[in-house]
Amino acid sequence: MSAAIFTVIAGALFGFGLALSGMIRPEVVLAFLQWQDFGLMLVMAGGLALTLVAYQLVPRWRRTPLLSAAYEAHTARMQRDTFVGSALFGVGWGVSGVCPGPAIAGLGAGNLDMLWSLAGLAAGAWLQGVFAAPTGEGDWQEG
Amino acid sequence: MLSAPPAHRPDVRRFRFPIMLSSLFPLGWAHYLAGGLVIGAGVALLYVATGRLAGMSSVFSSSWSFVSARAAFQQPRWRESRAWRLQLALGLVIGAALWWLTLGPAQPLTTAVPAWRLALGGLVAGFGARLAGGCTSGHGICGIGSLKLPSLLAVLTFMATGFITAQGLAMLGAAP
Repeated sequence: MSAAIFTVIAGALFGFGLALSGMIRPEVVLAFLQWQDFGLMLVMAGGLALTLVAYQLVPRWRRTPLLSAAYEAHTARMQRDTFVGSALFGVGWGVSGVCPGPAIAGLGAGNLDMLWSLAGLAAGAWLQGVFAAPTGEGDWQEG
Repeated sequence: MLSAPPAHRPDVRRFRFPIMLSSLFPLGWAHYLAGGLVIGAGVALLYVATGRLAGMSSVFSSSWSFVSARAAFQQPRWRESRAWRLQLALGLVIGAALWWLTLGPAQPLTTAVPAWRLALGGLVAGFGARLAGGCTSGHGICGIGSLKLPSLLAVLTFMATGFITAQGLAMLGAAP
């Protein structure tokens, strides 16, 4: 129960940050991709700064998370799918100016146009699962 | 004579930096950095409290496990994470709503990007992010935060194709 509360609060911080930084506006993201406004780099830098502290230092101070038995490990792989998928992701991102987090958070600011993005993302994830998912259990990847 | 700096030099030193800032960040820079730090605080809190990684594209796969019997969606990793991934998504909506109520405009946000671009872009981005095992948050923040070289290369890849696609569309006359 308390894990659920912490998860929602963490998500709320994430969503507030996405809104405050303008990332829930596709126009701002497209302005970055068109090299008119490099703010997205500052958003990434700010997000990474605290994430690096948490991921790299906190496990040295505390052997387990507050509410669970172990820290999860990121399992990005040096494999073809990572790069083919990322190239496609960038194309879709460039077409729409929307990525998964802002599509969800945008709803909270009343942007119902994001329902189009959410429908597209959900359909794309379905196609990937049905036609392109790796079959081995060892292919866990965090997204 | 030899040691005297050029007369214009102090002015250049004083003004180059703010001029560069305003051309890189025409809407200002502080809200970008502040927003990024708040995002990082959320990612950090999730990790410290639950040990989980805050990649957002996975919820679009894990949620299919509620309605699809296909093996790809019924894997334990999706069934076991689908509840908390939806909790995290709910948090995103709540957080953005709090921003809207406190700092946001009076009217709901809208976008001038046409619906077909939102839907088609979402379709391609959704497929690609799931194939790649992450997106701007999963590879960009969580992956680089985990010092994963494949994630850094994934980010450089989608930045490159994103630049090409967005600038190509702009050249063809699409706006914004």
